[in-house]
Amino acid sequence: MTGNAKKFLREAWRMTRDLRHRQTVRTALENNEIARNQRQAAFQDWPAARQAAAETRWEAVNQLDQHLTVFAERIALRGTKVHWASTDMEACQIIARIIQTKGARYVIKSKSMTGEEIRLTQALEVAGFEVVESDLGEFIVQLRHEAPYHPVFPALHLARGEIKELFQRELGDVPSDSPEDLAMAARSVLREKFLAAEVGITGANFAIAETGMISITENEGNARLTATLPKTMITLLGIEKILPRLEDLALLMPVLATAGTGQAMTAYNTLYGGPRQFGENDGPTEFHVVLLDNRRTKILADVEQRDALHCIRCGACLNVCPVFRNVGGHAYGATYSGPIGAVLMPHRRGLPDWKHLSEASTLCGACTEACPVKIDLHHHLLQNRRNAVRKQVSYLEQFRYDVFTSLVNHSLVWSLAKKSAWLAWPLHKIVKGTVLDPVRAWSRARDLPPVPRESFKDWWRTRK
Amino acid sequence: MVAFASPGFDRMTVTLFIPCFVDALFPRAGIGMVHILERLGHKVVCPAALVCCGQPAFNAGYWEEARPIAAQTLDTLKDAEAVVIGSGSCGAMVKKFYPQLFAKTRREELALQVAARTWEFSDFLVNKLEVTDVNARFPARVTFHDGCQGLRELGLKQPPRTLLAEVRELELVEMSEAEDCCGFGGTFAVKFPMISTAMGEVKCASALETGADYIVSNDASCLLQIQGLLSRQGAKIKTIHLAEVLDQQ
Repeated sequence: MTGNAKKFLREAWRMTRDLRHRQTVRTALENNEIARNQRQAAFQDWPAARQAAAETRWEAVNQLDQHLTVFAERIALRGTKVHWASTDMEACQIIARIIQTKGARYVIKSKSMTGEEIRLTQALEVAGFEVVESDLGEFIVQLRHEAPYHPVFPALHLARGEIKELFQRELGDVPSDSPEDLAMAARSVLREKFLAAEVGITGANFAIAETGMISITENEGNARLTATLPKTMITLLGIEKILPRLEDLALLMPVLATAGTGQAMTAYNTLYGGPRQFGENDGPTEFHVVLLDNRRTKILADVEQRDALHCIRCGACLNVCPVFRNVGGHAYGATYSGPIGAVLMPHRRGLPDWKHLSEASTLCGACTEACPVKIDLHHHLLQNRRNAVRKQVSYLEQFRYDVFTSLVNHSLVWSLAKKSAWLAWPLHKIVKGTVLDPVRAWSRARDLPPVPRESFKDWWRTRK
Repeated sequence: MVAFASPGFDRMTVTLFIPCFVDALFPRAGIGMVHILERLGHKVVCPAALVCCGQPAFNAGYWEEARPIAAQTLDTLKDAEAVVIGSGSCGAMVKKFYPQLFAKTRREELALQVAARTWEFSDFLVNKLEVTDVNARFPARVTFHDGCQGLRELGLKQPPRTLLAEVRELELVEMSEAEDCCGFGGTFAVKFPMISTAMGEVKCASALETGADYIVSNDASCLLQIQGLLSRQGAKIKTIHLAEVLDQQ
């Protein structure tokens, strides 16, 4: 077992015992589910919308080279500088160099999972810049020195009281734990940061090839401030975020909002086509777009799992995942958690170190059912298990399955096994739940049903 | 109940596949299926060589180890007119995953043929036989738990409910999280016992909220998990397989 797997198991033990966490997350995600269901019902035909969204993403991903070239050409026409980064380190270096060239020190950042992926904030801090997260949830977890708990709701795991205490400790007096007061407390700090920042860094929800534009979706307006107040704007995005046409947004925006936050549309939806143009009085004077590969082309090369690049980072698969709900976002120890994380992480960091996430699933398929762009998530977990065995077989496990095969493929042996189980059943009561119990992993918290003397096949035989 | 003596009645020979753990631990579910199918006028056969579908090894990634089991099952079912499986997850294995497991092998064609002739028990009654009322009586308040693979791999949300709706004196109360996984997941239950148990606890709490006397499911493996937790908690609510409910007269 690798270190990552051990860490995951340790965290899973800790988190599943934390009943307060279970309740907080369950309540929050149940409310999300209600809102999502209402929004889905408002679509004339949600399954058809999903299908169309999946096909649009398929088209984008399967002709990625063409769309990317068009996008880069068109956005550059309006004076945007386009950068290509193969790795996380390269992307961080490109961004640090831009900030350095500007002689800047203060950076304001809006929400970006791709930024988390390349550990951008940490890299910039090491390079001597001050980076402040402007998304409320991200701001909260930054104050706690934590990674976001969830890609859409970074502070989902925290109760309002906890946030109030945190703000009081870090920012000064907060009158109450009402959402308004909490937002005001953060805003008073953040406004200063916005005004002081010389560089703004954003993520992107989509990149439109046809028009050469970046599409950003948000609910707080902080991304707009991040993109427009500082003189220099940098947008970091993965190369898979492409959409072929502007009109694709008409479908993808409501699909993203519905699946992600249960809204018809998010509050602010903005398209950025370049820096301030001649005759315009606001907006950044310089605009950089950093397109990141970071092994996305590896996923593209995997025909079986290529659809993982369809992901629009809505978080719907996490929201419905019973494993995520119980272990929480931090237990994964990965930027992308939940089912999509379990699919992406082996591609990014290698299957041997990350196969445990594919094993930590009942393959219930709730994720696949929820995914608005129809990524075949739970079947990818099944493929990962097969691939992991092909790569590195566990001889003990293989032996167990070989024994199992000879057991069930010989009806006489199978009958004897059932009889032995029946005979052993009274003995099990004595050792139940103790270290001597061979099925302790089961019986620590669960009873086994009594083994009946007569199995179905016994009954069938005597009946004839 | 369909009168099997009626003209045009098509008497079938049904090969009943009672999966390994149902055979060993839940014989009454299998017996219920035999009774119901026979009462409907069909001939039931249970070949001795049908023991397991191979899912445990397959789901763990050990496809090479799963193949001999699946091959024996397929070969046994080669000439079957109709195959009925007493479990949604084993049904998904045969119908959906056998064709993948045998892709590009000499059994691929057979796997596809058998998949098309295989039905999960409630699916067979409602969608193949078009029987919704099996003349059962079960005076109790019940809630239904959807096994994930039956629900999502095979799309069987409706058939069990259609059958339960016709059971006399039975009241079905849906739980708020009927479609949430119970946390069993085969070897997952012992590889990740803490997550498995936590998921099961959420499920049980949801079932208890309904005030039902029984949790009914068409997947015995889920009942193994749910019953295991409830029994440890000392809860009054009981679990029962759909076929046992439908077998009550």
